[in-house]
Amino acid sequence: MSDHSKSSPLPTYFAVFIALLIGTGLTVYASGLDLGPFNGPVALTIASVKATLVALFFMHVKGASEKLTKLVVVSALFFLLLLLGLTMADYATRAWS
Amino acid sequence: MPDSSTATGLHTEEHNPALLHHFAEPQQQRDAASLGMWVFLATEVMFFGGLFCAYLIYRLKYFGDFGAASKTLNVTLGATNTAVLICSSLTVVLAVWAAQTARRTLLIGSLAITMILGLVFLGIKGVEYNDKFVEHHVPGASFSFNNVPIPGHPGQYADPHHAQLFFSLYFVMTGLHALHMIIGLGIFLWLLIMAWKGRFTPEWHTPVEIGGLYWHFVDIIWIYLFPLLYLIDRHP
Repeated sequence: MSDHSKSSPLPTYFAVFIALLIGTGLTVYASGLDLGPFNGPVALTIASVKATLVALFFMHVKGASEKLTKLVVVSALFFLLLLLGLTMADYATRAWS
Repeated sequence: MPDSSTATGLHTEEHNPALLHHFAEPQQQRDAASLGMWVFLATEVMFFGGLFCAYLIYRLKYFGDFGAASKTLNVTLGATNTAVLICSSLTVVLAVWAAQTARRTLLIGSLAITMILGLVFLGIKGVEYNDKFVEHHVPGASFSFNNVPIPGHPGQYADPHHAQLFFSLYFVMTGLHALHMIIGLGIFLWLLIMAWKGRFTPEWHTPVEIGGLYWHFVDIIWIYLFPLLYLIDRHP
């Protein structure tokens, strides 16, 4: 919220809103297709795009005046991926009896 | 240009009455509030992250059983709830914009509609929980999941113990999310009352922005919950 001479943000908000709804429809549609092992990654990719849109535009991370905010967002993501990645590296490389 | 306090601590210069004494500039104050909420949201990411991790482990281990259990969830209701939350995120950004541009009616209306959408979400969740109760899919003594075929594997039936694990995760994850929604509704009720009393100005509307951040985060959690819980294996 640091821009003083910015044009209205409303068109962006509505564009993101439409994109989110389209993404929801897309993910439901894609779940009905047989993509083999890619159903999961496709669903997660669409969800991640939607989450990124919400974070960047609705939560105003894009264009945030405080760079530390972006650092906090990135590090939250980093630690989450660390948690998921290292845990799954363990479980996924076990030979199930 | 306002300068920071003098050595004697007296403020003889003009400055925004909303500017607290330990901040030099209003923008710095706004940034500090936003940063504080983001740090909290980072802890919330890890909070839900642990549950997502547990879900991921067991979904990969018992993929067929989880698919069978997931298929009993109502995708129409789940997708509707996703759309409801997306609409509520739009009304939240509209509320923030209204506060920034001194549009009182839009601010109050947007906050109210956000709350209504939140209640709609919880109502639909209640209907879904009731369906699960009626079908004996609530983990516990009355849980039953016999002779449910595994999608894509004709002739194979889901292991009820593994299905019960899915439903345990389902109820904990969506329950925790619903709890966050209820807390969000409480926060927005407070924002609504403050807005009604005219407390928010373009110079100071920090609670609206911070409350908005919280609400968007709850929306993001659901954006991940919906495909992971409802859409595991829906292809014929």
